[in-house]
Amino acid sequence: MDIKDIIKPENLVYDKSKVQIDTIMHYCPGCSHGVVHKILSELIEEMDIQEKTIGIAPVGCAVFAYNYIDIDWQEAAHGRAPAVATGVVRLNPDKFVFAYQGDGDLASIGAAEILHACNRGENLLVVFINNATYGMTGGQMAPTTLNGMVTSTTPGGRNIDLNGYPMKITELIAQLPGTSYVTRQAVHTAGAVRKCKRSLKKGIQNVLDKKGTSFVEVVSTCSSGWKMTPVDANNWMAENMIPYYPLGDMKDSVKGGPVSEN
Amino acid sequence: MGEIRLMKGNEVLAEAAIRCGADGYFGYPITPQSEVMETLMARMPWNETGMVVLQAESEVASINMVYGGAATGKKVMTSSSSPGISLMAEGISYIAGAELPCLVVNVQRGGPGLGTIQPSQADYLQAVKGGGHGDYKLIVLAPSSVQEMNDFVDLGFELAFKYRNPAMILTDGAIGQMMEKVELADFKPRWTKEEIKEKWGSWATTGKPDSRNQNVITSLEMDSDKMESNNQRLQDKYRKMEEEECRYEAIMCDDAEYIFVAYGTSSRVCQKSVEIAREKGLKVGLLRPITLFPFPSKIIGKLACKAKGFLSVEMSAGQMIEDIKLSVYDAGCIARVEHFGRMGGIIPSPGEVVNALEQKFL
Repeated sequence: MDIKDIIKPENLVYDKSKVQIDTIMHYCPGCSHGVVHKILSELIEEMDIQEKTIGIAPVGCAVFAYNYIDIDWQEAAHGRAPAVATGVVRLNPDKFVFAYQGDGDLASIGAAEILHACNRGENLLVVFINNATYGMTGGQMAPTTLNGMVTSTTPGGRNIDLNGYPMKITELIAQLPGTSYVTRQAVHTAGAVRKCKRSLKKGIQNVLDKKGTSFVEVVSTCSSGWKMTPVDANNWMAENMIPYYPLGDMKDSVKGGPVSEN
Repeated sequence: MGEIRLMKGNEVLAEAAIRCGADGYFGYPITPQSEVMETLMARMPWNETGMVVLQAESEVASINMVYGGAATGKKVMTSSSSPGISLMAEGISYIAGAELPCLVVNVQRGGPGLGTIQPSQADYLQAVKGGGHGDYKLIVLAPSSVQEMNDFVDLGFELAFKYRNPAMILTDGAIGQMMEKVELADFKPRWTKEEIKEKWGSWATTGKPDSRNQNVITSLEMDSDKMESNNQRLQDKYRKMEEEECRYEAIMCDDAEYIFVAYGTSSRVCQKSVEIAREKGLKVGLLRPITLFPFPSKIIGKLACKAKGFLSVEMSAGQMIEDIKLSVYDAGCIARVEHFGRMGGIIPSPGEVVNALEQKFL
C-alpha cells in the first residue's frame, strides 16, 4: 500500500493547526514552549480569531514565537510585554491581545509591569511560562527557582538566606481585582495538556467578552537548563515543582470580583 | 487665522496633541511637565476625538505603552522630564530599532541625578546622539516659544511617520512653564482604521488577514549579515534626514563677525544679546538650530568661512559645542568656537552672554 492510499480525508484523525507555521522549531526536545504554542495556534484557529489577534512576545526563548504562530506579533523589551500590550489594547479595544512571558521576564524584571497591568484590569490574556530558570541565557536562577535548586548562578543550590524565596507571583496576581481568571496549569501529560487548553480557551473567551485580565500560568520544563532528559524533566517537575506551585484555578469570577475559595 | 489663546507651553503640548488627531498619550508625572497630562485629563479628549490618555505606573511602562500603540499604526506620544527620559532610554532604543513612529517630549530640568526642577539644556547629547544603546538617532525639534511647542507636535508626528522613527521635542522647564500668546491649529480628525490599514498596513500589527503575511514588529535579528543591513537601513534613513529635514533660523548672520549658536530658551536670551551687542557696534548674529538632529552643520560650515568665531550658548557645561566644532572642522575652516553657559537651573541674562563674548573673543 502506498502512502497516498493512506493519506485521505476520511483517515484524518489529527492535523496540525493552520495557524502554526510549518517550520523547524528552535526549542529543545522536551521544552514546554512547543506544546503551549501548539495549543494557542489551535485555539486561534478554532475560535476564528487570527485576524483580530495581536501577540506580544517576551525576551527569552519565546522571543521567536513569531516564527511559529502565524499572527501579527510585537516583540517587547525584557519584562515590558504587559505595558506594550496595554498600549495595543487601549488603542485597539476590538482586538484580542495576549502577552506571552517567562518567569524571569514576568516575575523579576517585569514585576511592576505585570502587577500594574493586572491591577488596571487590562483586557488581555497573559500566558506565563514558569520553568524556574532563565532558559535562553543558559539556566540562571529565576525568581521562581525552587529552594536548593542548582542553576548556573546558584551552583550550590538556591539559598533562601542569600536569594530569598521562590516567588508565587500567580497567587499575588489572583489578589488583584483587575483579574477575572487566574489559574495554574501544566503540559507534562496528555490530560494536563487538555486541561491547559481549556484554561487558555477560557482566558481567550474572557478577553473577547471584555472581562479584564486573564492569567494562565503554565508550570513548565526546561530540560536543557535543568540538564535532564525530557522524560526526567517531566518527572522532576511533577515531583518538585507542582507541590510548590499547585495546579488549579485560583480565581474564576468577574473583574472586581473576589478570589475564589478553592 | 486659528484660535488665539494665552497658554503655558506644557498646556499647549496637550492641546496640540488633541487637535492634530493623536490617538494616545501615556505618561507619568514629573516636574516641570506634569501639566501636559493634567491638561489632557481635564480636557477629556476621549469624549471629543476618542484620544486615549493613560497614567502609567512608570516612565518605563509609558514608553512601552507608546511602543505597543505605535506598532498598530496609531499616533502615540509621551512626555517627561530629564530623569524620566533616562528611564525611557531603553524603550526609545527599541522603538528606533523596530522603526516605529512616535513623539517623545523632554521638558528638560537640571541634572545629573535628581538634580533640580529648574530649566536646563543638559540633555542635548542624550537627545541628539541617541540616548539609549545601539546606533540610532531621533529627529530632535527644539522649540523656542509656546507657539513652536504647538507647531512642533504636528510636525513631530509628520516627520516620525515619514521616516518611521521616533521624534523628540527637546524643550525645557522655562518654555514648558512660560505663558505666551499662541495661535492653535485647527482640529484634524484621527485616522480611521481603514486609513491606518491603507497608510501603514505594510508594517502595522492590525491583525493578520488571509490576504497578507504576518506583520512582526521587532528590533531583533540573530543573523549578523541581516542585522548589519538593518543597521545600514537605519543609517541611510538618518543621512536622508540630514539632507532633507534640517531646519534653522539665522538672525543677522549675513555681516556677522561673531555668531551665537543657541536653541530653545538660550536662543531667546541670545536674541536680546544680539541687540545689545549691535548697539555696542559689534557685528553679532544668532544661528538658532530648530532641528538639533539633523544638526544644521552645512550653514554653520558656510558661516564659519566668513565669521571669526562662534559662541555656543547653552544651559549646560557645553554639549552642542561639540557639534558646532565638528561642523567647522568638516567645512575646513578655522573659526574659533567657544562655550558660555549656566548650569543648575540658571538661565543666563542677555548682558552676561555679551560679556562672555567680549571676554572670550575681543
